[in-house]
Amino acid sequence: MSEADSNAARPVRVALIDSGGANTGSVKFALDRLGANSVITVDPAVIEEADRVILPGVGAARHAMARLGDAGLVEFVRNLTVPLLGICLGMQLLYEFSDEGETQCLGILPGRVERMQPAEHVRIPQMGWNKVDRLRRDTLTVALRDGAPAYFVHSYAAPVTEDTISTFTHGGTYTAIVGRGTVRGAQFHPERSGSFGQQLLRTFLEEKIS
Amino acid sequence: MLSRRIVPCLDVRDGRVVKGTRFRDHRDMGGIVELAERYRDEGADELVFYDITASPDGRSADMEWIEKVARVIDIPFCVAGGIRDVDTARAILNAGADKVSVNTPATERPELITELADAFGVQCVVVGIDSLRDDDGEWRVRQYTGQVERTRALPTRTLDWVTRVQELGAGEVVLNCMGSDGVRDGYDLEQLGAVRQVCDVPLVASGGAGTMQHFVDVFRVADVDAALAATVFHSGEILIPELKLQLRRKGIEVRDVA
Repeated sequence: MSEADSNAARPVRVALIDSGGANTGSVKFALDRLGANSVITVDPAVIEEADRVILPGVGAARHAMARLGDAGLVEFVRNLTVPLLGICLGMQLLYEFSDEGETQCLGILPGRVERMQPAEHVRIPQMGWNKVDRLRRDTLTVALRDGAPAYFVHSYAAPVTEDTISTFTHGGTYTAIVGRGTVRGAQFHPERSGSFGQQLLRTFLEEKIS
Repeated sequence: MLSRRIVPCLDVRDGRVVKGTRFRDHRDMGGIVELAERYRDEGADELVFYDITASPDGRSADMEWIEKVARVIDIPFCVAGGIRDVDTARAILNAGADKVSVNTPATERPELITELADAFGVQCVVVGIDSLRDDDGEWRVRQYTGQVERTRALPTRTLDWVTRVQELGAGEVVLNCMGSDGVRDGYDLEQLGAVRQVCDVPLVASGGAGTMQHFVDVFRVADVDAALAATVFHSGEILIPELKLQLRRKGIEVRDVA
């Protein structure tokens, strides 16, 4: 049986790490709409079984890192070999450090998450639909329309680094989608970003990342 | 650039969407999930569900319909009505809502705003403010506006309350201008403009939408981040795709309806 056949035979298994954020349920519903078989968990044994791992998160960096620490997941997530997608705060946790609560994060990606600065017409938190602009080509975003809008809700943001795939502009320009090896992140909420977000999640579930 | 948001508000009572004028005489507008799907398809940027039965009776919003909406909707939505503590807010957010909005309970116990912000982050915490101009010309906050006979005027000036709720942890403010609500003569640009001057977090205008020009005016003149309306959308008088076309023609950034 070819790999394609075996994929067709069973839905993609997704482990959603419960970092205590409020959007975990919404992400699960979005995965349900895509026909994925997802489970919300902090159990390493369950995460080990998954084809894909998602780290969602809404809330404060310090609290979420403490929760991952209590569950014994910090080293575990750093060493994951299956594709990992961080969403919103979950993306920010992939970096080395967050200014939010002076928090040491997972350090999978180099960089420091900073607070966005308010200016005229630039309100913090950023809350609403902003354009996602492609910076470089990547399999995750190849099916996405450049400059399409996605739903953002956050006060902190990651700088543009060599890992940045797409950017958004709110006062400054920051990372909207990031990728390095098997690790991906989205600052916006794909589960709340209409067909754009659905396409991103679908590609994450289906693409071959090595 | 961040788009200006168009936000239909769905007043929920006993599992149905209803709408009245000046907070009374509620008329049935349809099923919750059906209307939510319709607005998603038409290009609404966000939805607000306000459980109008919840607050006056001391009940909290029923979770079952929240989860139903969360399962089918892929745009953000906020739930308001009767949220008085962190546990209720958590249940609503876990059911799939993206934000919770507090109004009267925050006037009774302002620490509630901080408790919610500490638990979920400011981006989940919306503070709704019902405001009316008094005879001395000052805008002041009203409580218990869900029922006309219980509505109470507070001594708190609206501008002071807007400043205070931001200090406490509000991530967004919805200003409902009761003087213009339901009468469709346009948003209260004067009041919204004054509030904008003291509001550094996103500001949502509510009350008074009757024509597409009213939306143009509120974004241009009062510089609000989002405009909320109910009747004009429920009745089909204003169609969101046409509204967005009109806003774009006037140079106002709105999200493409794909």
